[in-house]
Amino acid sequence: MSTLLLKMNWLTPFIQIIKGDRPGDQLMLILKHAGVPLIGLLAFLFVWHIGAQNINTSLGTFPGPAQVYQQSLTLIEEHTAERQKEEAFYQRQDARNAKKLEKNPDATIKIRPYTGSPTFFDQILTSLITVMAGFILASVIAIPLGIMIGLNSTLYSAINPLIQLFKPVSPLAWLPLVTMVVSAVYTSDDPMFAKSFITSLLTVSLCSLWPTLINTAVGVSGISKDLQNVSQVLRLGWLTHVIKIVIPASIPAVFTGLRLSLGIAWMVLIAAEMLAQNPGLGKFVWDEFQNGSSDSLGRIMVAVLAIGFIGFLLDRLMLVIQRKVSWDKSSALR
Amino acid sequence: MSKNTLNTLIGRRSLIRKTLMTFGTAAAAGLLNLSVAQASIGEPEKEDLKFGFIKLTDMAPLAIAYEKGFFEDEGLYVTLEAQANWKVLLDRVIDGQLDGAHMLAGQPLGATIGFGTQAHIITAFSMDLNGNAITVSNEIWEQMKPHIPKDADGKPVHPIKADYLKPVVEKYKAEGKPFNMGMVFPVSTHNYELRYWLAAGGIKPGYYAPHKGDTSGKLDADALLSVTPPPQMPATLEAGTIYGYCVGEPWNQQAVFKGIGVPVVTDYEIWKNNPEKVFGVSSKWAEDYPNTHKRVVKAMIRAAKWLDENNNANRPEAVKILSQPNYVGADYEVIANSMTGSFEYEKGDKRDVPDFNVFFRYNATYPYYSDAIWYLTQMRRWGQIPDQKPDSWYMDIAKKVYRPDIYAEAAQSLIDDGVMDASDFPDFATEEGFREPQTHFIDGITYDGRQPNDYLKQFKIGLKNDETL
Repeated sequence: MSTLLLKMNWLTPFIQIIKGDRPGDQLMLILKHAGVPLIGLLAFLFVWHIGAQNINTSLGTFPGPAQVYQQSLTLIEEHTAERQKEEAFYQRQDARNAKKLEKNPDATIKIRPYTGSPTFFDQILTSLITVMAGFILASVIAIPLGIMIGLNSTLYSAINPLIQLFKPVSPLAWLPLVTMVVSAVYTSDDPMFAKSFITSLLTVSLCSLWPTLINTAVGVSGISKDLQNVSQVLRLGWLTHVIKIVIPASIPAVFTGLRLSLGIAWMVLIAAEMLAQNPGLGKFVWDEFQNGSSDSLGRIMVAVLAIGFIGFLLDRLMLVIQRKVSWDKSSALR
Repeated sequence: MSKNTLNTLIGRRSLIRKTLMTFGTAAAAGLLNLSVAQASIGEPEKEDLKFGFIKLTDMAPLAIAYEKGFFEDEGLYVTLEAQANWKVLLDRVIDGQLDGAHMLAGQPLGATIGFGTQAHIITAFSMDLNGNAITVSNEIWEQMKPHIPKDADGKPVHPIKADYLKPVVEKYKAEGKPFNMGMVFPVSTHNYELRYWLAAGGIKPGYYAPHKGDTSGKLDADALLSVTPPPQMPATLEAGTIYGYCVGEPWNQQAVFKGIGVPVVTDYEIWKNNPEKVFGVSSKWAEDYPNTHKRVVKAMIRAAKWLDENNNANRPEAVKILSQPNYVGADYEVIANSMTGSFEYEKGDKRDVPDFNVFFRYNATYPYYSDAIWYLTQMRRWGQIPDQKPDSWYMDIAKKVYRPDIYAEAAQSLIDDGVMDASDFPDFATEEGFREPQTHFIDGITYDGRQPNDYLKQFKIGLKNDETL
């Protein structure tokens, strides 16, 4: 029972109030942890609402919270309407196939996927898939490389200049090069992945592998002397040393790097999608900007908020994974 | 993961549901007259197609062919995707990411002769006539206004010639300020129309010298023309980077609505019923998938007819479709003006221009050789074709790129199916691909497609005969 309560520790103050246990203190606790952020949020919404009405752009006034809320409802409506269109499409297709089979029972029929354009939520999904793919590719390269250069100072001296040179390069600078390379190399008549997907994925990887690489190297090279002595005393083989001592000890540093990388990957993805035309959130923002309708700014704000919220969720996800994987459960994780 | 893979997975998931629906709709299927008789053209070789477009109102035939099910009637499953700009669109058609696209009439020609990326692009369908206008910033309009003659009501007399812009350009030149204007692509109709209009008023729009490596088009120019993608033009005008632009709708009406510019002339007034966009595919794609290509043309002919049907009665519905964010996306009111036959010049000065967008009337969909040759002559006029070419060269290129033979087969199939009438089309037995010599140009010069070199001689500004830079 107590473990259950511990896991849901935000409920504790409420339960204590009902129990009658120091209600005043509990109330202060609730106000501090929930009330203050809420007041902060409301104050921000108020300032935004007033400020927005005073900014006049050629596309109408800057969208305030009310318009953004309205546009988010419109986006949900559009999504439902598109799903209905999809149903109708499949019905028509089935009718056509049935007719074909009637005429010739041996005819080959195909079930094709819906041809309509992706809705806002489809685009969110595409963005998430692309960022995870790019992030995983970056991590798979960065973590082993980081471990190697952290353990070997010669290797570190050799590779460090390259890291410092390529780290600051913006994704928008990589994009034309990546596009050209992908166009030239990834040629096939029936590709499994769209070229725009590969281009976005590679750009995300190129930009997000640096924090993981550097943090892994730092974490690995900073292992406490005691642990290294243990390894030498037990005369552990190189691989066992890495798996049993190095990796567990450097988890906090690695995860710091991974969290930074994921944040950067998500930011880079939006920019990369705008130019590579991968059908995700970046393309949504770009298309809305090109549309220039009076709803466009409101919709772009919805996308901005969605991007921020998803970035927050991704970060929290990394935190949960870190808690699971870390050996030191008592370390404070923010 | 590509959208197709994702959708295939979802497709398999709902297979059970669909099989159940199939039994339900099988009975109704017999009553549905879905597919048109496919006797004349064989089954399509490729059924899943992806077409690109730019956010302009004249992509309407593609949108209508999709939304009204004309593509599906031909057994084609088409996805329409907006592209970032004309260059990306052309590159993606060339490297096969797109099966075909909404293209500027000059793009297949420019690509085939090697100006810009070289590729053999062909077209068998002209998407529309007219549809562009030239807009200037509020500042420039105020400076032009005193020079323009007014009618009895005090409104400017139309068409407004570039002669009235000339004093403004001279003033900027005297002050040492470059007079920048925008157009959408070096081989775009907008580029040639803007240059034609400027040159008719005595303003030099600059030359290209690709043989010397200069493809900026600004040699010896009074007005400097540069490329901007259409949806970004109002923003660039507002920012003051350019003083005017030539672009298709809705970007001219957008400028009026947002109060950042004034359209001064439409291309209908520069050249009445000029060819504007075409549906372009790579020649290899057309060779590999001939039936598919003809079916695409069939669907688009039906869409074009629908757009002009009953004296433009369907246009409001078309505008509603176009204002969806995945097509053109601009507000309904902004698109409605030009599509329903009126055009707002200065704010409050709305005039009737019933043929601002023509999709089917006047044989708008037929790919005339004379249209192709006009673009080639203008490419020569401004130096994109650096040397003199004989008349036969123009004819050969036009025959290579414009394919009225494919159009004729598609049209014949529609007639055989009973969907359209022979009177909707030119007489294919006698049609040679040349319009009658055209006289409605803003400077009064007559264009005869059979004599391109003689045509070029009539211009005061521009390369002619064997002049090179």
